[in-house]
Amino acid sequence: MNSTETVIEVRDLRKTYGDLTAVDGISFDIHRGETFALLGPNGAGKSTTIEILEGYRDRSSGDVRVLGVDPGRGGLDWTARLGIVLQSSGESGNVTVGEQLQHFAALYPNPRDVDEVIAAVGLESKAGVLIRKLSGGQRRRVDVAVGIVGAPELLFLDEPTTGFDPEARRNFWQLIRTLQSEGASILLTTHYLDEAAQLSDRAGIIAGGRMVDLAPIDQIGGRESRVPLVRWLENGERREQRTEAPATLVSELVGRFGGEPESLEVIRPSLEDVYLDLVGHEYAAEMAADNLNETEAAR
Amino acid sequence: MTANLTAASPARNEGGTGKAITENGLARAVRLGVLRIGYEVRAYFRQGDTVFFTFLFPVVMLTIFSVSFSEASFGRTADGDDITAARFFLPAMLAAGVLLSGLQNLAIDIAIEKSDGTLKRLAGSPLPVVSYFIGKLGQSFVTGLMQAILLLALGFTVFQVPLPEDPANWWTFAWVFAFGVLTSAILGIALSAVPRSGKSANAVVIPIVLVLQFISGVYLRFSDLPEWLQNVAAVFPLKWMAQGMRSVFLPDELRVLETNESWNLGGIAIALSIWLVVGLIVTRLTFRWIRKDS
Repeated sequence: MNSTETVIEVRDLRKTYGDLTAVDGISFDIHRGETFALLGPNGAGKSTTIEILEGYRDRSSGDVRVLGVDPGRGGLDWTARLGIVLQSSGESGNVTVGEQLQHFAALYPNPRDVDEVIAAVGLESKAGVLIRKLSGGQRRRVDVAVGIVGAPELLFLDEPTTGFDPEARRNFWQLIRTLQSEGASILLTTHYLDEAAQLSDRAGIIAGGRMVDLAPIDQIGGRESRVPLVRWLENGERREQRTEAPATLVSELVGRFGGEPESLEVIRPSLEDVYLDLVGHEYAAEMAADNLNETEAAR
Repeated sequence: MTANLTAASPARNEGGTGKAITENGLARAVRLGVLRIGYEVRAYFRQGDTVFFTFLFPVVMLTIFSVSFSEASFGRTADGDDITAARFFLPAMLAAGVLLSGLQNLAIDIAIEKSDGTLKRLAGSPLPVVSYFIGKLGQSFVTGLMQAILLLALGFTVFQVPLPEDPANWWTFAWVFAFGVLTSAILGIALSAVPRSGKSANAVVIPIVLVLQFISGVYLRFSDLPEWLQNVAAVFPLKWMAQGMRSVFLPDELRVLETNESWNLGGIAIALSIWLVVGLIVTRLTFRWIRKDS
């Protein structure tokens, strides 16, 4: 096994809680220097998967290697090479931003400069402020700073920008690009598909505990799903057609109607459209089933 | 947030061999443990409720008792002087302070840290568990010592409590205090496994500590309690710590009020040792950085 090529290897990972199967046999690799996004609706198994890789949860079966080590047996040498930004934190925050980062930097063998890290997340003016007095978005930036202060080889980012305003999110992207240019490998989960599109090289889409697609970020959903869509109204009926040559189709329509087609749209599917196509049907069906059950139960 | 980070070391891009922890494991655990003590003590004094209910509580109680019972006598010395309320309650509050700084403080603090994500974050860092414990024990010891000094200073200056002159008494104070804090702190870590959430920690821990204080001779004179209740109290460590503190600060004649008319310092050491071992075993069995698969 060549561990310098692959930082994460997951083979047929399964996790069950009693009768419930949270992760149902997923496999993927993350290469050194790569940013990989794990996408999927809530409850799809993303967090369970990422927590197994971080060593927080045991797996039911399957084979997992993170930096060449089984996360269930990772020691301090192993955690020293990881950076973990957890999904949420409600810590009491009775230390200042500066104290927190100084402290965490001291735990790592080869940390980054604390002042640089604080500046990189844009909290220079808050360095002397108690963490509990910060806003939600600012606290989230402290989480990110604590995650990178140890100069990790592999960074886990579990919904890192929740609560960020648009500007903070763009700045965060810039920070991640810097880390990428230094060669860090990153596993990212996010609900913002533009964020995944901006930052990641490849993405895996999980729904119902299974990997429904796994591809470079611009090929998710396959070529077919990226083909532009032309929509118009004809005799009061909505028509749509996928075509590689939308302009040709539109000019045909203009010729056919002798003028502007009614309610014309030309859509180039975004990652979000493709994603919703992939998980949407199953997800929507599940939601409907849940609602039905609740209604039944209420009777 | 215009990112401008210096790459920490080029070695980490070549398989990470340059990033291994090279320091000896124990030396590193102790060094980081000492660092944790500073971090923990600082955080302790920034928590208003802890400062009041754990740190200042015995000070407040000593003041209330000394003032409210200022006319009462709690016995006579060999010279025929009355023993004031302040003199009588000072050792009791010192013992209570040891229990609060160790057991109450850590049981609540760690239960909260388990549920608010603090422990989860630490579990994902290269902090040894031993360093975390050193930090917690050190926090109990440092804050407990500051509390004891405050109680002694208040008793001596404001309420004119005579302090012992015999170095042997101070030696007894030192070991009862240190052993008491250690045992209470370990029991606090063990007890932190009981509350199911940080929110319920106060409700679980405070009644236990309060009942112990009532039956162990902190708020009520131990010799006034019925014998069966004294026997119940003798099972728990606070009764022994309070007895040790009385042996230091009360005149030797008052020994006649104790069980078997003896300060029984040997019994104190045995009782604290047994509870220390119990606490260590429970901690070993129950303490986890995180509840896996919860």
